[in-house]
Amino acid sequence: MNAAAPSFDPYYILGDRVRVISAHPPGHRRTPHYIRGKEGVVERYCGAFPNPEERAYGFSGLPKRNLYRVRFRQMDIWSGYNGPVHDLLELEIFEHWLTRAEAS
Amino acid sequence: MSPHDPHDHTHGHSHPHSHDHAHPHDHGNGSVLKYSDDSVHDVRESDLYPLLAEALRAIVVDKGLVSAADIREHLEALDKIDDGMGGRIVARAWTDPEYKRRLLENGSDAVGEFGIDMGETQLIVVENTDTVHNLVVCTLCSCYPRAILGLPPDWYKSKSYRARAVNEPRAVLREFGTLVPESVIVRVHDSNADMRYLVLPKRPSGTEGWSAEQLAVLVTRDCLVGVVSATKP
Repeated sequence: MNAAAPSFDPYYILGDRVRVISAHPPGHRRTPHYIRGKEGVVERYCGAFPNPEERAYGFSGLPKRNLYRVRFRQMDIWSGYNGPVHDLLELEIFEHWLTRAEAS
Repeated sequence: MSPHDPHDHTHGHSHPHSHDHAHPHDHGNGSVLKYSDDSVHDVRESDLYPLLAEALRAIVVDKGLVSAADIREHLEALDKIDDGMGGRIVARAWTDPEYKRRLLENGSDAVGEFGIDMGETQLIVVENTDTVHNLVVCTLCSCYPRAILGLPPDWYKSKSYRARAVNEPRAVLREFGTLVPESVIVRVHDSNADMRYLVLPKRPSGTEGWSAEQLAVLVTRDCLVGVVSATKP
């Protein structure tokens, strides 16, 4: 699986509490708006992948960027979420969209 | 985007409008389009899709990025995907614990045993259990495990599913006839980057002793996305 061979060590590990950066830069982004600014926990490290934000404009996307799956509680994403507190949402966030959050 | 981009007309985005996949349901402040609004968007935009697709096809062919033959062959390959493949993978996992372990540990490699090449993406298989029900969506576009399931159904690509599956998954599941008890965790996977997801449904009760061939037909496409459970007829 060469596509996932890390080009540098992942900064976060499983269980780290992280916050998605709340920013709205122009351009092609893979971080959905609804998750920006939200806090979750690293569920797994996916590997390093060419940066889609560069590839979208014809660049190589290199160096590769670390990609993580981050787990969020639905109630932390949507105010008024209509479901039990244990419901979860998980998605993939590139490392440059994450900052470390304080443990809660 | 074209002057018909409905977002610019009907909703006041508070954030600078970008071309960030024109994220259709999310207005940057957690608000979500109502279903009724959304269906209007779908109808209007659907008129544009053939034109956009044709324009894009012409550009990439003109630039020599791909040939017309490449596109045709890719579509033909997608159309030929065997719709029983997902069921056979699941049935194998239900009847072969060692295969199930491999499938959950490294989905891409495990489906490779069935001759499936996930290409640049990786497959993550998520297991439905007595305590967790998994649901797959792609809010940004329509990422889907095409190498296994072929082209996604229209509802999977619709803005209403893409918006609502993340925001009110239990309501969406109910509309598919799937009632998930409150005690069970609903775990939604937004397939927004390089991973693809396949749900490993729960094996229906009353199928003890069934062969993999018998079990495979219980697993439909929709089970593998998580909108329904596998059931015994």
